[in-house]
Amino acid sequence: MSGVRLLVGTRKGAFVMTSDGTRERWDVTGPHFAGWEIYHLKGSPADPNRLYASQSSSWFGQVIQRSNDGGKTWETVGNKFVYDGPTGTHLWYDGTPHPWEFERVWHLEPSLTDPDTVYAGVEDAALFRSTDGGHTWQELPGLRTHGSARSWQPGAGGMCLHTILLDPSRPERIFTAISAAGVFRSDDAGKTWRPMNRGLKSDGIPDPNAEVGHCVHRIAMHRSRPSVLFMQKHWDVMRSDDAGESWREISGNLPTDFGFPIDVHAHEPDTIYVVPIKSDSEHYVPDARLRVYRSRTGGHEWEPLTKGLPQRDCYVNVLRDAMAVDSLDPCGVYFGTTGGQVYVSADAGNSWTPIVRDLPSVVSVEVHALP
Amino acid sequence: MIIRVVLPAHLRTLAHVDGEVKLDVEGVATSRAVLDALEACYPMLRGTIRDHVTQQRRAFVRFFACEQDLSHEPPDAPLPDAVATGAEPFLVVGAMAGG
Repeated sequence: MSGVRLLVGTRKGAFVMTSDGTRERWDVTGPHFAGWEIYHLKGSPADPNRLYASQSSSWFGQVIQRSNDGGKTWETVGNKFVYDGPTGTHLWYDGTPHPWEFERVWHLEPSLTDPDTVYAGVEDAALFRSTDGGHTWQELPGLRTHGSARSWQPGAGGMCLHTILLDPSRPERIFTAISAAGVFRSDDAGKTWRPMNRGLKSDGIPDPNAEVGHCVHRIAMHRSRPSVLFMQKHWDVMRSDDAGESWREISGNLPTDFGFPIDVHAHEPDTIYVVPIKSDSEHYVPDARLRVYRSRTGGHEWEPLTKGLPQRDCYVNVLRDAMAVDSLDPCGVYFGTTGGQVYVSADAGNSWTPIVRDLPSVVSVEVHALP
Repeated sequence: MIIRVVLPAHLRTLAHVDGEVKLDVEGVATSRAVLDALEACYPMLRGTIRDHVTQQRRAFVRFFACEQDLSHEPPDAPLPDAVATGAEPFLVVGAMAGG
């Protein structure tokens, strides 16, 4: 039976967890890069032992780490992220123009086919790519220089490019999501971009139906059906059936439609998962109960998943990159909390078990199957 | 001349060094010359003390020596003789903060 490797980024280091296919017993190593913030780490779909990690701190800036042996050993690679050409300005919190400034890498998305090619979504929002295993990085400037960019504005967490989706059926198609600008799609491998926010409605911006300015928290797709996208927005859970050209709300019977992560079952393209939290001003689960909500109908109808999760006195959140699914059968679902727990469900969400309970606050969770 | 440099713990870990770093610096000992030599020996430190492009010191990094804060000295100002002769180290310090 094959196994899985879980990659967990926290506020104070990274952890690598492995298990066999039963996903019952786990070996935990770490903290790697102890004391640093690990916003994200992810393995190459083309080589499960090739990992990339974003390591950063307010003191010492950005570092990128790479492993060629599944996380046993790491080496620093390139950390020079320089915007291509004049940086221009975006809007600051107070509405004044503010020059683009690199702050950190939020998300690393390895190529589906080449272990040496990896994309980086950064704050202030831009998309970079490396084709030499992370040693050097080049911006794909068409996104940052899009005509709408001077009107983009940061969310409370900074103006971050946090989601990168690569279309397995069309290698030249890339989706990105930026807080608080929205979704953008390129159909020419990142040269040019179009906003993909029609149908989104955000009451917190001057024009609720604006072309850009929406605080999209996360988007997800199933690789067998890449034209269908699911979105957790600041408020509202949304779905697109036309590769982002238009969106419709699928919040249905959720207790609240505010949240951060959203993910899709590995084998059922209409089974999706979210973790609602109380509100934009109270970032913890409602009613002090940690509940994952699952829809098996592509939205609208949701069921709470609670078996094995705390149902009293719980005030954690699950951040946008802190949920993942594996490709085993039954599908495994994982998430990490701001309280430092990492939970696994080896039965597609029916029941949950903590792998660890006391890590630093979890920022990201990724998983991949081992041969 | 051999300059002694003390790095903060996180950068010692990143550079895989224990204790002080000893650098052979040619010409006048300045903070720029010391950091150039440091980054040449330990390329993984590039961008962690000063910006890749502007070479500006990162905001939460300080340079101390001989009980003085040299952080705001011009990068080409000579360092104290005691640093240039190796009698005293050049300290790269992460600003004190919790969390």
